[in-house]
Amino acid sequence: MAATAQPNSLRAGPDSDGHFGIFGGRYVAETLMPLILSVEQAYEAAKADPEFQRLIAYYHTHYIGRPSPLYFAERLTAHYGGAKLYFKRDELNHTGAHKINNVMGQALLARRMGKNRIIAETGAGQHGVATATACALFGMECEVFMGAEDVERQKPNVDRMRLLGAKVHPVTSGSGTLKDAMNEALRYWVSKAETHFYIIGTVAGPHPYPAMVRDFQAIIGHEVKQQMMAAEGRLPDTLVACIGGGSNAMGLFHPFLDDTQVELIGVEAAGLGLDSGKHAASLNGGRPGVLHGNRTYLLQDDDGQITEAHSISAGLDYPGIGPEHSWLYELGRVKYVGATDEEALRAFALCTRQEGIIPALEPAHALAHVGTFIGDRPKDQIVVMNLCGRGDKDMGAVMPKLEAMGLLS
Amino acid sequence: MPKAGVARIDARFQALRAEGRAALGIFISAGDPDVDTSLAILKGLPAAGADMIEFGMPFTDPMADGPAVQESSQRALKAGMTLAGVLEMVRAFRAGDQHTPLILMGYYNPIYSYGVDRFVDDALASGVDGLIVVDLPPEEDRELCLPALSKGLGFIRLATPTTDDVRLPAVLKNTAGFVYYVSITGITGTAEVPTDMVTRAVERLKRHTDLPICVGFGITTPDQAAGVARCSDGAIVGTAVVKTIKASLDAHGRATDATVSDTLGFVRALADGVRGARR
Repeated sequence: MAATAQPNSLRAGPDSDGHFGIFGGRYVAETLMPLILSVEQAYEAAKADPEFQRLIAYYHTHYIGRPSPLYFAERLTAHYGGAKLYFKRDELNHTGAHKINNVMGQALLARRMGKNRIIAETGAGQHGVATATACALFGMECEVFMGAEDVERQKPNVDRMRLLGAKVHPVTSGSGTLKDAMNEALRYWVSKAETHFYIIGTVAGPHPYPAMVRDFQAIIGHEVKQQMMAAEGRLPDTLVACIGGGSNAMGLFHPFLDDTQVELIGVEAAGLGLDSGKHAASLNGGRPGVLHGNRTYLLQDDDGQITEAHSISAGLDYPGIGPEHSWLYELGRVKYVGATDEEALRAFALCTRQEGIIPALEPAHALAHVGTFIGDRPKDQIVVMNLCGRGDKDMGAVMPKLEAMGLLS
Repeated sequence: MPKAGVARIDARFQALRAEGRAALGIFISAGDPDVDTSLAILKGLPAAGADMIEFGMPFTDPMADGPAVQESSQRALKAGMTLAGVLEMVRAFRAGDQHTPLILMGYYNPIYSYGVDRFVDDALASGVDGLIVVDLPPEEDRELCLPALSKGLGFIRLATPTTDDVRLPAVLKNTAGFVYYVSITGITGTAEVPTDMVTRAVERLKRHTDLPICVGFGITTPDQAAGVARCSDGAIVGTAVVKTIKASLDAHGRATDATVSDTLGFVRALADGVRGARR
């Protein structure tokens, strides 16, 4: 027998069991297995169906407002005094973040499977709002599971979901955060297996979710490739994106994985600092484990108990990360770094003043890291950062902090 | 020399078959509400009428469990329970009981973190007979199921109402000890067990396997336990037991004088139900 050939593409994964190297997989209760398998089967059929792809393209253009602009951030480029900085403007999507790219795909898949009732988990509420939006658009029932603490912190998004017709379930079990919201959504799904479809919001969970969500988000990277060729006639030198579960980063990076000359940087939430124990940096501060249906890097104690993540950004406040990121981390294809709460707040203010764009706290982490290196890069280099969400949702959390830091006029 | 591992489970079901009755399996979370109380309950279970013990390995994120088992797991973690601590309790139990099968039940991450080979060896050495690891379906058998089976540890799989005839052979393939039929499509302890449906389900499973079929996830009273015992090889009760533990605690969640006696008293009532239900 011939030896198994080394994969010549980094974009071929996962294997048929949903593994990216040792990461990924299907670690779920037997009750969920038939469901997961039916989603996988339906997604494989849909992916190959031109009509399904045409529908996605239609809603991208006419509802979400794609392609989102690739914007040359001229003032920030001058401010840093180094390489050229471009923003991929996914905060201009309908509902204000990249989350809708994935939700639209999964909602269309659910409709194709004849499932009219949707479940979702949400942290900051962006995925919940996107899901409630698609459900309103398609006349579907929507139930969103959200940590009780986040329900309090993110009231505007809770109001938006309710206005859109979704039922929001505050989750008090466990620690009442995003991971518990996901536990609760999975528990609920088990009991409603016949009728409900679970729209997971990031590139995590059991196979096929990590691959499926990545595919739906890869529109970001595909557009960047085309737009950059049009604007500069070449590929960028560096791509930067923030990482919680990692869906916006995976969407940006994936089309570039085989373009090995392009440097890829993921920015985790370092919270109060990587040494503080209060962060959400699964790769930089965790180790491999199994949670929520997949093997990946997790924040956990010596006994394998999952520990709490901390970040000022509710969207990054998750103790795990998508399994494909864990794989790319160990391969070394993507470099993963951290930005602290305070660094993100400074970048938040800077972006607003320099470009007139209020970024979400999540991409503010990415910008904070951009600020650490772009000034040292030659002026003919190009950096693209994914501006994956807008910051209106964060005003309540940010204003008192910026005031205290003396960053307001 | 008494049997150990999957052989101890087989021997118990063989003996019960000779008696003409089904097994009563009792679930508790190791270390709930504290190590000493939990160990006293564990040691008292066989005399109270438990034929088999499902011993929960506490986990922060019990995805397939309802509120009652989640809370019992949290109480145990708060009291400092670890996987090594669970095995230590099993060792203490085994010193006084060589015949009652003990199955560890929980989730994969603490085991993965402990190290699979080391865990299988230590579990066997402590007197563990089988494993139920909720988030390891047959698709992930290479992780733990096959290493455990190769060393003589039972691996008990959950079959559910959603496990159809096409999928059943895969679910049963590497199962040893017994099959745990989950009587409701949901999480533990959230609905009553529908006995007529269970009868049909057990008959369906019997067409695919010679292993004993035990039924759980929804048995709360001695009558229900008796009903399930009449149509299966065993009734497993968990939620109602950990609720009894919870009800006995003081306002600060600490054990009281009633905790051990109330819990074992409830188990005795369940055992009377099961033993009265001869087939």
